[in-house]
Amino acid sequence: MKVSYFPGCTLKNKAIDLDIYARKSAEVLGVTLEEIEEWQCCGGVFSTARDEIATKLASVRALKAAHEKNYPLVTVCSACHNVIKQTNHAMQNDAEFAQKVNNYMAPEDAYNGETQVYHYLELLRDVIGFDTIKGKVVNPLKGQKIAAYYGCLLLRPSSTMQMDDPENPHIMEDFISAIGAQPVIYALRNECCGGYVTMESPELAKKKSDAILENAKAAGADMIVTACPLCRYNLLKNGTDMPVLYITELLAQALGVKEDTNG
Amino acid sequence: MDKNNKYLQEEILRMSGVNPRKCMSCGKCSATCPAYDEMEYHPHQFVSMVKNGDIERLLNSQSLYRCLSCFACIDRCPRSVEPAKLVEAVRLIAIRKQGANHMTADDVPELLDEDIPQQAIVSAFRKYSK
Repeated sequence: MKVSYFPGCTLKNKAIDLDIYARKSAEVLGVTLEEIEEWQCCGGVFSTARDEIATKLASVRALKAAHEKNYPLVTVCSACHNVIKQTNHAMQNDAEFAQKVNNYMAPEDAYNGETQVYHYLELLRDVIGFDTIKGKVVNPLKGQKIAAYYGCLLLRPSSTMQMDDPENPHIMEDFISAIGAQPVIYALRNECCGGYVTMESPELAKKKSDAILENAKAAGADMIVTACPLCRYNLLKNGTDMPVLYITELLAQALGVKEDTNG
Repeated sequence: MDKNNKYLQEEILRMSGVNPRKCMSCGKCSATCPAYDEMEYHPHQFVSMVKNGDIERLLNSQSLYRCLSCFACIDRCPRSVEPAKLVEAVRLIAIRKQGANHMTADDVPELLDEDIPQQAIVSAFRKYSK
């Protein structure tokens, strides 16, 4: 099957491994990620202000492009997914916002949030299925103790994101089990790493990231896995010797389309 | 409440869609805030100060630029007041003013290292400048 794919700015640059192994792994699993033509940056963070219109148009354009092909829209970066999903939710539920967007973009061809939006993990769980993935694993990551780091953007706001229980999620742990490794549960897996404030206050990011890393280590993790380039940056920058990998790198390794590396 | 604060209060409530009167002062928003230690005014204070029309102090506070947009207080508020929506509205009112950007392109080069992802830069710009 084919799906529309929004890589986002960081996956074309600092997070190339998140992108290429998403595509390679999806191909092995029978899904082609068809990149949206001339997509524009999502902006990284969703504004909750109802009168912020222009900053959400890039997301609407991507959603509309997928809708025109009648494909679901898949994103791997946690931030892009958060912005696009929240924008789609606003298009479905905030009539005034949707009307303003449609008036600006193309009134004769209104978009009202029809596109199904999936994070890559949801594509794995809900469309492909973790059992199917398990069956395609050629290199199970046996014996590896992996701590899933959700951060903020995959789960919250939970009423909109609807990926998992925001306080006791298990989609990433189920993913880790599906590729043959052992998930490690720890308390801070859904707390913030410091996000973009790392630019102005590296001390804040250090404090937050150190606590997460120590917590994961104390729980017995050998490695952390994330879907977010900014989380990875903050954790690595402040890290000790804990490797921090992308979900797609581990998946590709398990599916035999990436050389074995350990960070 | 003076006229300017009254106007700002109405604008913030309209932009955010928040009703601060629903707050029962449990403090969970501030207890769960990852940037609490860095803030002069904490999430629960944003709620009470907007409710009381004490807006200008918020507009001039650096606390606006410490909110991480992690959505924790939005998700965990037992009364669905969603304090971060107030922080966002006040921040936008502050930076929408001509010449009041908290960060400009000229500030960026010295904040970078070679590994920083583009995501950090675009997010900071979305939050700090218009």
